[in-house]
Formats: sequence, structure tokens, C-alpha cells
Amino acid sequence: MKRLNRRQRVLLGLGVSVVFLILICVAGILSGEAARVTDFSRKNLAPCGKYIFGTDWLGRDMLARTLKGLSLSILIGILAAAVSAVIALVLGVASAVMGKWVDEAITFVIDLIMGIPHILLLILISVALGKGLKGVIVGVALSHWPSLARLIRAEVMQLKESPYIQIAEKLGKSRWYIARKHMLPHLLPQFLVGLVLLFPHAILHESSITFLGFGLSTEQPAIGIVLSEAMKYLITGKWWLALFPGILLVVIVVLFYVAGESLRKLLDPGSVHE
Amino acid sequence: MDGRWMICLLKNLLRVFLLLTAVSIVTFWLMKSSPVDPLQANVGQAALGSMSREQVAKLEEYWGVHTPPVEQYLSWAKDFVRGDMGISLLYRQPVTRVIGAKLANSLFLMIFAWVISGILGFALGAAAGMNQGKPVDKLVKGYCLLVSSTPAFWLALLLLMVFGVWLKWFPIGLSVPIGMEAEGVTLADRLYHAVLPALTLSITGVSNIALHTREKMIDICGSDYMLFARMRGERGWRLFKHYGFRNVLLPAITLHFASISEIFGGSVLVEQVFSYPGLGQAAVAAGLGSDLPLLMAITIVSALFVFGGNMVANILYGVVDPRIRRGGAAK
Amino acid sequence: MEQEKKTPILKIEDLKISFTQYDRGMHQTELPVIRSLDVEVCAGEMVAVVGSSGSGKSLLAHGVMGVLPYNASMEGRITYRGEALTEERLRKLRGREIVLVPQSIAYLNPLMKIGSQICKGKKDEAKKRKLRDIFTRYHLKPEVEELYPFELSGGMNRRILISTALIEEPLLVIADEPTPGLDLRMAKRAMEHFRELADLGAAVLVITHDLELALETADRVAVFYAGTTVEEARVSDFASEETLRHPYTKALWRAMPKNGFQFIRGSQPYVKDLPEGCPFAPRCDRCTEKCREGKIPFREVRGGRVRCLDAEERQGEA
Repeated sequence: MKRLNRRQRVLLGLGVSVVFLILICVAGILSGEAARVTDFSRKNLAPCGKYIFGTDWLGRDMLARTLKGLSLSILIGILAAAVSAVIALVLGVASAVMGKWVDEAITFVIDLIMGIPHILLLILISVALGKGLKGVIVGVALSHWPSLARLIRAEVMQLKESPYIQIAEKLGKSRWYIARKHMLPHLLPQFLVGLVLLFPHAILHESSITFLGFGLSTEQPAIGIVLSEAMKYLITGKWWLALFPGILLVVIVVLFYVAGESLRKLLDPGSVHE
Repeated sequence: MDGRWMICLLKNLLRVFLLLTAVSIVTFWLMKSSPVDPLQANVGQAALGSMSREQVAKLEEYWGVHTPPVEQYLSWAKDFVRGDMGISLLYRQPVTRVIGAKLANSLFLMIFAWVISGILGFALGAAAGMNQGKPVDKLVKGYCLLVSSTPAFWLALLLLMVFGVWLKWFPIGLSVPIGMEAEGVTLADRLYHAVLPALTLSITGVSNIALHTREKMIDICGSDYMLFARMRGERGWRLFKHYGFRNVLLPAITLHFASISEIFGGSVLVEQVFSYPGLGQAAVAAGLGSDLPLLMAITIVSALFVFGGNMVANILYGVVDPRIRRGGAAK
Repeated sequence: MEQEKKTPILKIEDLKISFTQYDRGMHQTELPVIRSLDVEVCAGEMVAVVGSSGSGKSLLAHGVMGVLPYNASMEGRITYRGEALTEERLRKLRGREIVLVPQSIAYLNPLMKIGSQICKGKKDEAKKRKLRDIFTRYHLKPEVEELYPFELSGGMNRRILISTALIEEPLLVIADEPTPGLDLRMAKRAMEHFRELADLGAAVLVITHDLELALETADRVAVFYAGTTVEEARVSDFASEETLRHPYTKALWRAMPKNGFQFIRGSQPYVKDLPEGCPFAPRCDRCTEKCREGKIPFREVRGGRVRCLDAEERQGEA
């Protein structure tokens, strides 16, 4: 077989990660019932052939619980990250285009949000919204946009200063034309990559905040809750409760990063050779 | 030149002040919009039910239920500036005292982790950047990817499992119930308890600074001056010392000062897992227990650190970089 | 003429430098920026490689110095003092016997003071004394040693850059575009500095786009067109059109202000769309079928070298 060149390898990486992530989501949705079934005849089983992730103190299958939890976390993460990315796009472009005062104001807000440690901000929002699923989603959505907004702002600013856009302006091209023909092709890849790279962050923070006990109830076994429960049983030597769900969570986040980076390599011509 | 300096410093200070004020307003507003009833939270549902109407009215007045929010904020801010941050509901102590004790614990942990991760991250990033595409680079990149994909709390759990439960080298720390202060511990105890949390924080803190240093180093390696240095026969350690190190150090240190917020965030999670009686654990307890005065005070204190770090980063550029330091004199 | 008999310090034969690139989609392609470059320099001689901007001349310098980007590959023979310039040899020699003078002060470390930068951070007395001598020679004040590159004034830049070469014991000096952005007087002076180096006994290879300046100071000129050296001629050959050999060189000659400012039609082809055979064929009025097939050899004609099939027949006219 012919050796794949760089671009083909990158594309392969992207494809594999996306397929895997979709599989996890589908498996999680399908295993909703299995995650809830308690059976005391099989409680506290260490990993074995039948229950490869073991079972918990209520006899629930940890594999099903992990998959269910991960799919929940992925969905929440994607939803919140998508909202965050849209906020970032709107504010980033507004900041760069709408004049000095708007720019100052938005930059101030960005600095403000970045001034509060991320987790603390999530706790604050969660408390303000009365600690529920809503608090988690709103919290993640409201706290993730600043870095991407900054990036987009810088990009638009740079584009505005670039010679070919200045010349286009002098040639009398309309703003809309310039935005569509010259700005969008540069911004869109950046935005898409930024969006995908927000997912892993969002998922990590979603799992962290639920782990701390904010947000979802134990009825909704998000991955953070699964791990937080596992922590209580750690001391009794039930290592599998925390180990496998955690590993799978790390794998998911890695895959999102890989997908994002692959996308970046494919879309950004400059980084192809890296 | 001195005049420029003062202006720059004042500007920075003013900005920090404005940002802190804004943080306090936002936090206050968030806390006010919380559905938690201050009376219930402070007195407790049962106690409230057994009270007479006059008593309730008196308490309502005390907690300012009927005063408009702006006035509430102003009076709170006035007290805050004077050093009176209110009474913590969970600890039944002045917030100032709670924060003082917790901050001391946390600072020890965070400074340790900050320094270690800074040095380690810089070294790894610089090595990777100088050897882009080679095995060292791939290894460092892989490590960073793995670490930044690992939630801090799970890494803490993992270390706890290995070193606490399995090898029994370090205390599990779960013996202290969440939300209670461990009193009567010695310094040796404290250090002993701090090893694992500090280790966790150091490990996770490395990736950010390493990746950033690597990126900068790659930029530098692609620069014209690096190319010329190579053409002049410079290589290996000399190339790094005279060309790479000099140019990458400042951006790396700046970033590290600007990323204090991350180590604060990480400490919240790590302290929770290890039941380490620090600021982060207090924040979680305050959040879960609706201890709003404490939560607000913690937010503002940590914002103070973050903005302080940013300011140091800004100023460092001016002091260290000759292009800015001597910039005025050149033309 | 006697220069021809000596072994050249640097001899480049049939050099080819190409980049790997991605087209649209998944295809990797080779992009030969330099196709076939031949040039040689002897001790005490100054040779200018002249080509228009964007023709990949700077890559020649990077190729010789062994600092091509990783996605570039190089073929051909480079001989230094009669022996192949291998990677190990180059590693020992570059920055000592073989030095390059860069285009601008962007090539200096922004965070290193001029003095220690020229001395590469070495602090021994001998180096310091030598540096002071060089500074006196170029009328630079000793205070300049303590400045950072961004503090230099425009007038100092060239002298500082050339000082980086003089601090060594160079046998071969490569100057990469020493004159862009300089006014005529400064550009001339910059070229004269290199002439001095040659007169001191070094072999100097100047890469430039400015033919007229090169003619004023150099001994020989290699004309570079679309990745190929089309002609290598003595400066004296440029006295008249007839003594030149290649149609492109002649066209360049006619384009000089004193010779009538005539330009030829068309432009240099982009490396990707280069025709087979002679790269100048599409613009040449003497082009034949033969010019469009196969590689045109670089051969001796009247004491110079040329890559043109037509040149010999026209010898009689000279």
C-alpha cells in the first residue's frame, strides 16, 4: 500500500476521532436503561469478562453508566461550547469593527471574565441560577467565549489592516463584498477550529463542576457525578469505579483535541507543513 | 523615562481597580439573583418556622431584604474596603479570618506548584521547540495533550489511588469531612498533606506553559536571526543560550504570570479531592452551602491575585525588554 | 584571464533546490525554485549573481550555507577549495571560513548587544581587539557596541552587518541582497565594502537584483533567470551588446537606462509553469524547435559560459 502523505494522515485522524465520538454518543443513548438497573446480586464486582468496567455498590454496570455519563457530558459540552462560540464570534467581530468604545467595553468584559478563575465563575453562575442543569449549561456557555473572541478580534483587526483589504476599500468595493469575499474565507476556518477546540474545554469544565456537586442530580449520571460517587468508595479499594470512567473521559477529550487540531491543519494552509 | 514609568504603572493600577470593582459588582449581582433566601440560608428553615413575626422582621432588616440592591452593594462595598467582609455562615466566623487561614494554606500549595510547573514547563517547551519534529518534541507534545485532556480532579483521584490507597505513602485526606476545618495539625502534618495536591497541580500546570514556550520557540527558530546565527556556525547549547533562551524567556514568564487564574482553578478541584483545607475547598463548600459572603470574598481575593499577576506580566515587559526599556531613548 | 586557471574557492554545478508542496486536495508536488544553477568564485574575486526579485536567489545562499527549510531538498555539486562541501565540512567551516552577510538587521538577535553579537558572545581579548579595529575601519564609535539592534541608525546597519563577516577569517563571503531599500549612494558604498573584502583576498559572491551596481564593483556576473543561470560573463563583456552571449542578458543590457531603456515583452514564468527546455524560450525571438526540448547545456563561449543553443553561431558577429 502506498504510504500516506501528511494530509491524508491528518484526514484519517480526523475521521477516526469523529467516528469514535459519534459511537460513544450513540452507545450512551442506547445504554440509558442499562445504566439505571440495579441488581444487588452482582454488586461491587471487579472488572471481568461480563462487566469489563465492573459494577458499583448498587450492582449497576459501570460500562453502561460511563457511556451514558460521557454521552450526556459530550452533548452538554457541545451545546454549551456552540453557544459560547457564537457569542465569541459576535463580540469578537463587533469589537474589531464597531469602533473604539465598543472595543474598549468588550475588551474590559473579556478581561473581567478571565480575571475570575474558571471553576469559580462556574460555581458563581451555578449558585446564581440555583444549581441545576441550567446552571451548568449557562455557566459553561458564558465562561468559554473570551479566548476565542480575543482570537477573532485580533484576526479581524489584522485583516482590516492588510494591504489587499485596504486596496479593496480604496477601489470602492462595498463593505458587504469585502466581508464576504475577503474576511469570511479567513475567519471561517479560524472560527470552525476554535469551535471544535472549545468542545474539550467545555467537557472538562462540565465534568469538573458536576464532580464538585453543582448542577446535575444523581439521577442524571453525568461523568462528573459518576466520578464523584466513585471517590467516596475509593478508600474501600474499589479502584475500578474511578479508573475506567476517567480513562474514557480522557480519551474523549484527547479525541476532541485531535479532531480540532486535524481540522486546523486541513483548513489552515500555513500549518500544513508542520 | 521615569515619568513614563509612573504613568504606565498608574494606568495599570487604575485598570486593576476598575476590573476589581466590576468583578465585585458582577459577583454581587450574581449572588443577589440566586434563588437562595438569605434568611433561610442563615437561620435555617426549622429555626425560621419557630420564630415570631417580629423576630423575622428584625432579621429581615438585619440581612437587608427590603433595601434596594444598589444600596446593599454600596454598604457591602464600604464594609469590604474597611476589611469587614461579613460573617461566614458555614464557619460562623468573620470571613476575613476564614480567608486568612485558608489562603495561607492554599498559597503554599499554589506557589509551590506554580514555580515547579513553570520551571519544568519552560524546560520541556524549550527543548521541544528547539527540536521541532524530533522525538523529544513528539514526547512533550504528547504529554501536554494527555495532561491538558486530563481533568485535574481525576488526576488527583488517580494519584490518591496509587500513592494513598495502594502504596499508602501519603494520607488519603478523606478522613476530614468536607467543609470542616482540620484543626490542631502541625507544620509537618501540613507538608505531608500538601505533597500530593502540590504534585497534582504541578503536573497539570506544566502543559500550558510548555505548549506556549514551545510555540514561541518554534517562531524564534524560524526567525531570520536564528537562521543567521546558524549560518554563523552557532548550534546546540550555544544557539539555545544566546539566541533561543534570551528571546523565549520573557514571553514564557509573562504567560506564566498571566495564567495564575488556571492554578487557582486547579486548586479548587485538587483541594476538594484531597480535602485540603484551602481557599478552593472553602469556595466549593461556600457554593454548596450557599455561604454567599464567603463565596464573594473568595472570588474577589482570587481576582485580585489574577489581576495582580497580569499586571506583573505587563510591567515585566517594560522592565526586561530593552526594546521597550530603551525604546524612548532611541528615537 | 589568470583567474580562470586558479582553483575556484567555491564552485557550484547544476544546483537544484525544490520544495515539497501540497496542491489543492491531497497531492504533493515538487516545486523546483532553482533548476540549474552554475557559478564559481575565485580568491580575490567578486562575482555577482544577478536575477530579478522573487527568482529564488536568496535560496542559493541558504543552500550553500546548509540552512534550507526542512521541506526543501537540494541536488547538484558544491565544491569548496577543490573538495566537495559536505555537511560535516560545512559545519566546521561556516561562520569561520565561509560567512554570509545578511540582508538587514532583522537577521540580528534583537535582545543581544551589538558588540557581543558580532563576537558571538565570546569575550576574549583577541576578539575584542579585532572588533575595535573593525569599528575604527568602518568609522563606528565604540559606544555602538553597547547598543541593541533596534537602536542602530540606518547608516550603521550595513557596516554592522559586514562586521559580522570581518570578525572571522573569511575565505568566502556570500552577500545576500546587500542593497535593497538603500539610496544609490549608500548602495554603492555597501557594494564597495564587499569589493574591499575581495581585494583583501576573499572570494565574494554577491546575490543581487541590481545589475548596474554589480557592474560597477564586481569582476564577473552570473545572470539568473527563472531558476537557471543563463550566462556567466566578465563585467567587461557588458560594454556592448555584441560581447554578451544570451538573449536574456542582451535584453537586460538594452533595458539599462544608458542603453535605451527598452523592455522585452512578457514576464518571467512562475516556476510551476516553466516550459521544457530553455526557460527563456517563450520570450526569445530566436527560439527554435530545439530550444523547447531537453536540458540546454551550460557551455564555454568566448571566455564566458552560456546556456543557449544559439550563442555559438553568433560568435562571428562579436
